[in-house]
Amino acid sequence: MFNAWIQIFKRDLLIAFRRRSEIVHPLIFFVMVISLFPLAIGDDKVLLQKIAPAIIWVTALLATMLSLDNLFRSDFEDGSLEQMTLLKTPLSMLVTAKITAHWVITGLPLILITPLLAVLLYMPSESISMLLLTLLLGTPTLSLIGAVGIALTVGLRQGGVILSLLILPLYIPVLIFATLALQNVEQGFSAEAQLAMMLAILVLAITLSPFAIAAALKVSLN
Amino acid sequence: MEKQYLFSANLDVKNLACWRNEQVLFADLNLSLSPKNVLFLQGENGSGKTSLLRILCGFRLPDEGEITWGDKPTSSLPEYFQNISYVGHKNGIKDELTVEENLNLMRSMATASDIKTESVLKQIGLFKRADVLARQLSAGQKRKLALARLMMTENSFWVLDEPFTSLDKATVGFFESLIKQHITRGGMLILTSHHEIDLSGLSVKHLNLSSQNYV
Repeated sequence: MFNAWIQIFKRDLLIAFRRRSEIVHPLIFFVMVISLFPLAIGDDKVLLQKIAPAIIWVTALLATMLSLDNLFRSDFEDGSLEQMTLLKTPLSMLVTAKITAHWVITGLPLILITPLLAVLLYMPSESISMLLLTLLLGTPTLSLIGAVGIALTVGLRQGGVILSLLILPLYIPVLIFATLALQNVEQGFSAEAQLAMMLAILVLAITLSPFAIAAALKVSLN
Repeated sequence: MEKQYLFSANLDVKNLACWRNEQVLFADLNLSLSPKNVLFLQGENGSGKTSLLRILCGFRLPDEGEITWGDKPTSSLPEYFQNISYVGHKNGIKDELTVEENLNLMRSMATASDIKTESVLKQIGLFKRADVLARQLSAGQKRKLALARLMMTENSFWVLDEPFTSLDKATVGFFESLIKQHITRGGMLILTSHHEIDLSGLSVKHLNLSSQNYV
């Protein structure tokens, strides 16, 4: 059972490595959008510092949505998904392998590059570590929730608009808790409550979304 | 004597119906298939052959009726689905993986057969192209690779949808002999094909979906 999990995980990493342009695209989007803000706002250090967490989080959220589009599409189109439903390992397990691989490929580089971009927006160093922590807790949740929407719309020709309507509202709690945590740290308060909430949402997403994703994929295949 | 399949049972379909876009593709369809038997589905385009195969594989839910495997409904029998080798219109191979990586992936996902990857590559004539990305193969070569799935696992129920499109004669001959071997080992097969297929010596049932007219 774990063998199949590892095989799918390795397979997806290998495929991503051989189709590098698709991985780099969301990352470039993330870097470009964030670096446009200082240019547009000008050298207003106080303002930039104030809105930096919001800029980074909203952009990370959009970049995640952008990157998710390919999650199941190629497997759906080349028939691999059909084959996956016939395996011993339940589909709900296999999708977690796919999502983990996807997060390693797109979510992790995004987090790694964030400190650089935070400096660009004059974020103080104590806020940067909190920013990284919220991204570490938040982006896997975004991937898991987004995957449910992707799984539902993968069979549709133009699922893009429906997809945003479907998953953006579900992203809002994560966004609120993350930015609230950052505000608290800036004002010298503890952010434990917000982090605990984010962790709770993550645990909930890990336990429930694989079943929703597997069911949605089966509906899309029908 | 060839090694026999361990997992095998009768497949029975009762009163199966399938609608598509508010049109009846087929209804009250009954069929049964036992080990060592072949079911050859025929019918014109759009008569529901692919839909029937997809229902049997569980990709699609039947609109009416029941499918049983050894007298148990398949909906509560995951072993039934794990025992299916399906090759449909889509090849189910990854373009970004090499031929060999694709084969090894097929094997590692299910109850693997004893046959070595190298020997499969030789038999389907892709040994020299083992390290080539599947993307660079011709349509016929891709189809061969998709059909090689049948050799990689110990599944006793094969479901093939137009398996021989774009294959050359020699390859068709090879897969025909593979089918014969599969049946003598106690396997079952359902297939559709517009090609002439030599299944002489096997017990073949024919079912023509377009001869049943529903309005």
